[in-house]
Amino acid sequence: MTTSISRYNTAPLPMRVRVLRSFATPGGAIYLLLAALLIALILYNPGLAAPDQLMRFIGRTAPVAIVAAGQYFVIVSGELDLSMAAVIAAQVVLAGNLIGQNAARILPVVLLMIGLGAAVGLVNGVITTLLKVPSFIATLGTSLAISGLTFYATGGAPSGNPVNSFRAIGRDGFENVPILGFLPYSVVVLMALVVLAAWLMRKPFGRTLIAAGDNPVATSLSGASVWWLRTRAFILSSLASTVAAVLLVGYAGVSPVVGDGYDFAAITAVVLGGVALSGGRGWLMSAVAAAFALEVLFSLLSFVGVASTWRPAVQGAIILVALGAPLIRWRRRAFSASPGIPVASPAPSPGEEVSA
Amino acid sequence: MTTSVPATAAGPKKGKKVHQIGSKTTTFGVAAIVILALSGCAPGSNTAGAAQPDSGTPTANSWFDQTQFDLENAERTATFTGDPSTPYLQYIEGEMVDPAPFKADGPKKVCFSNAALSNTWRQTGWITMNQQLKVLQGQGIISGMETRNAQDSDDTQVADIDYFIKENNCDAFIIAPNSPQATAPAVQRACDTGKPVIIFDRGAGTDCETVFVHSVGGMAWGIDSATFVADNVAKGGRVIALRTAPGVDVFEQRWAAAQHIFDKAGLKVTDYITGADPTKIKSTITDEIAKGDIDAVWVDLADQAVPAVESFEDAGKDIPIVTGEDSLAYLRAWQDKGFKGFASVYSAFQWRTALLATAMLFEGKPIPKDWVLPQVPVTKDDLDAVVAANKGMPDGHYSSFGGENLPGFPTVWQNRTMP
Amino acid sequence: MRASTALGSAPRIFSSTTTIVYLVFFVVLLLSTVIAASAGRSFFTQGNISVLLTSTTVLGFVSIGQTLVILVGSLDLSVPFLVSIASVLSAGVMAGQSANMASGIATALITTTLIGLVNGLLVGFVKINGFIATLSVGLIVSGYLFSNYRGSTGKAAPALASLGEASIGFVPVMTIIMFLCLVATVALLAKTRVGLHIYAVGGDPAVARMSGIHNAVPIIVTHSLSGLFAGIAGLVIVARLGVGSPGVGEQGGYDLLSIAAVVLGGAVLAGGRGSLWGSLGGILIFATLDSVMGIMQLNPYLKDVVRGLIIIMAVAVYARSSIPRTTFRFPVASEGRRASVSTARGEL
Repeated sequence: MTTSISRYNTAPLPMRVRVLRSFATPGGAIYLLLAALLIALILYNPGLAAPDQLMRFIGRTAPVAIVAAGQYFVIVSGELDLSMAAVIAAQVVLAGNLIGQNAARILPVVLLMIGLGAAVGLVNGVITTLLKVPSFIATLGTSLAISGLTFYATGGAPSGNPVNSFRAIGRDGFENVPILGFLPYSVVVLMALVVLAAWLMRKPFGRTLIAAGDNPVATSLSGASVWWLRTRAFILSSLASTVAAVLLVGYAGVSPVVGDGYDFAAITAVVLGGVALSGGRGWLMSAVAAAFALEVLFSLLSFVGVASTWRPAVQGAIILVALGAPLIRWRRRAFSASPGIPVASPAPSPGEEVSA
Repeated sequence: MTTSVPATAAGPKKGKKVHQIGSKTTTFGVAAIVILALSGCAPGSNTAGAAQPDSGTPTANSWFDQTQFDLENAERTATFTGDPSTPYLQYIEGEMVDPAPFKADGPKKVCFSNAALSNTWRQTGWITMNQQLKVLQGQGIISGMETRNAQDSDDTQVADIDYFIKENNCDAFIIAPNSPQATAPAVQRACDTGKPVIIFDRGAGTDCETVFVHSVGGMAWGIDSATFVADNVAKGGRVIALRTAPGVDVFEQRWAAAQHIFDKAGLKVTDYITGADPTKIKSTITDEIAKGDIDAVWVDLADQAVPAVESFEDAGKDIPIVTGEDSLAYLRAWQDKGFKGFASVYSAFQWRTALLATAMLFEGKPIPKDWVLPQVPVTKDDLDAVVAANKGMPDGHYSSFGGENLPGFPTVWQNRTMP
Repeated sequence: MRASTALGSAPRIFSSTTTIVYLVFFVVLLLSTVIAASAGRSFFTQGNISVLLTSTTVLGFVSIGQTLVILVGSLDLSVPFLVSIASVLSAGVMAGQSANMASGIATALITTTLIGLVNGLLVGFVKINGFIATLSVGLIVSGYLFSNYRGSTGKAAPALASLGEASIGFVPVMTIIMFLCLVATVALLAKTRVGLHIYAVGGDPAVARMSGIHNAVPIIVTHSLSGLFAGIAGLVIVARLGVGSPGVGEQGGYDLLSIAAVVLGGAVLAGGRGSLWGSLGGILIFATLDSVMGIMQLNPYLKDVVRGLIIIMAVAVYARSSIPRTTFRFPVASEGRRASVSTARGEL
């Protein structure tokens, strides 16, 4: 909702109408989908209704939600980041091998990881923007290089898990919290990052980033530095992967396959959240909600008892239906405009349209 | 499920005016029907062998082969010829290969087509094999080994083998097939050259090879750990099986044997395919804990066990039986946390034996045609000794690596140095 | 991003990109020869060349389809699963009998073409982004594959298997067939109405629509053809391996590899620009690289590093030399795209 701008209608619509209308966009409808999936999951698994169990559940979805938020920055700026899984795997292995059982090394290694994450983002950004290599290829190339180097340096296998006090970030939480009972640290990290990201998107940086994704020529002509905007988006994305890696090494432990498929999961979540894959349109919060909805869906498939080999198929079908159905509904409704909802703008406002 | 979820997905979307007009409803309908026809019947259509969580009906797993099961079951406890202190040279008595045609003067070149180095077991074996190679080069039996790595692709491996054949400068072929059937035509072409062909690990779908080196087998692996579970869980107990990947023969054989034993013991088993991704494993086990008490977790690969153990810790539950493999990560977790464990073994030292078998042919020593190596599981009784013997090794190391008497021990394995 | 006008010079720019692709290829080939020679090995042995050509075949078929799909501004991430499904269906129907060869081939190709058609309908009519649509269809097919097939299945007809092994001189017959298919597709692009429409829609969907093109048609045609070629790739694999396998497409990583090859061949991911000859050059660059790394027995992990760096460097070289170009990776094929996107892109 934060980025919904009506271009020709200066008077803001009443709040009630705006909220209702937002649910009719993919970016808004994802909340309804999420609610429906969550209710279904709780029906199958009543234990999840307990606040502490729900918090644990949110905690385990935090890494993918954070990665989706990072991917959102890149996608909304008109690019794509396929290096996230490789960055996560490399950072996880780095944490395992460098921290080891020595708690004193936690801080320096975390700083190193952040520096490395920013460096990867910078490289991705520069290759994409200045060398003009399409981001699909640029990040595919860097991901091959990063994962190859990681495996080469470690002989294919990390030496072992880092010290437990480091893993606690992704594994433990605050006990005896009022109402909630248990609050995983990862939920706190997720909340903090989402607030930070939402704040960034409301700042001039966020606004121009969307503009750069929508129309780089006009944005450039208006005086903004498009290459630096996009490069910063890549840096944010790699940093998000780094944070996810810290949480994952805690939650799951060191393994070179940690993070596998996270880039595709993040892209799917962002698109399911109504963000246009061509850039310039979509809401951050919807992308995060979609990442959460996907995790709820996976869990639901397990509770329903769908045979393990069929799960990817059901997942694929649901994504298609979720993306395809609203497009069809819209077109049919276009013939019979409801008088209750005024037509505000000739062009769709951000988030309204799933890209083709 | 089939109908409700798409409905939920489509339901909330309210109509919205958009500037564009076009009614492609019919098209979408058609597309959706095609897609749902492909997938929609999903949950109901349990194919042969897929998990049947809620029913105790016997499963017909296409990978289950009673003859093979019985054979490997017997070989688990067979008498092995040779010095037990060098298990990589032990074998079960049987048909021997006449080495006369392969006897060579001076060092010979070996060509090795490797399926992959994509898991810790293969990496460990590969390190051992290279240290063994150095010894044989020093003895002047083998001049060198040219290796091509297929990176888990059947098609690449066939090309690799054809490359060796066409280049025509190999004196022997060592092949670790990616999948037995798919590489069979290429293995046959290698056999047709008349040079010795040494297959190890997964078999080849041929019988033309000179020697097939392997430890007892995947079914035996499954029998070992599944029997432990069946012996320690009462009838009707709830078991979660974590599977790495469908359609890969190593994992399918382990699972087929285990499934057979679980069925016979009347256990309720739910299986999951996890890709050995610890994140997925943790989510899976956490969800299963929410459904009710779990009596045992059976895994088909070492990497799956530790995340499963941690899921119980995180949920504040007692750790039930969690089986594993002889990777140090699992053995250490087992020792530290004191749950009921069992480590099946698929002997990593067979990588060394494959090279030794080749050398013995060149030296004119007879070797068994079907070289069955022992695979001795790690039980509670041996645990402390095994962990102590592998002190300083990384978590991805396997206790059955078999390189204790090779040069470079232990640093080469500790640093995981590989070419 | 610089909006340019040079419609008239477009053909020359286009051909110059393909020229650069082959220049890069010859540089890679030369370096490979030198590197192999420095290790006392020869690059141009019969074994190596024949293996190199073989490895271009499967990826070649997939890349023909992928080139078409990318030209029209979409992507096909379902190809690995189409390769797999073609392999299991054809091997299953053939069951080792030459009499079943035709029906096996037909079953496989009709199925993959129909799945390609579904991809096309989802992208062209329902207007779901090609990336997500084909990814989802791929997931559905993979669910079908692993629920119904567990490991190798069926058996190739002996005639097909011997075709897989046959070669004329040191050129495998399958490679020649791939080359003929490529030439036929080049003709399709250059000589037919739909071929021209593919470039037009990929270049600028809004302008194409305003010029009276029904945008969905070329999108559906290219996706169906991509399905067909992925199916043929699956048949080639069956011919080589003798059996079908549900995981064989994923093993080859043909989705990302074919996209990388097409872009390495000078195509623009946004659509509208690229050529099949360029894609062939891209595949040859990959194959040469893999071949010399194989000869040098490079550590498999380092191979990935080299591949990644070469892709980036090569595409950066093209980007330097071929302007104008758009920065949009995925042109919005729908009508919603602002007209400002339309930088001049025309191969017409």
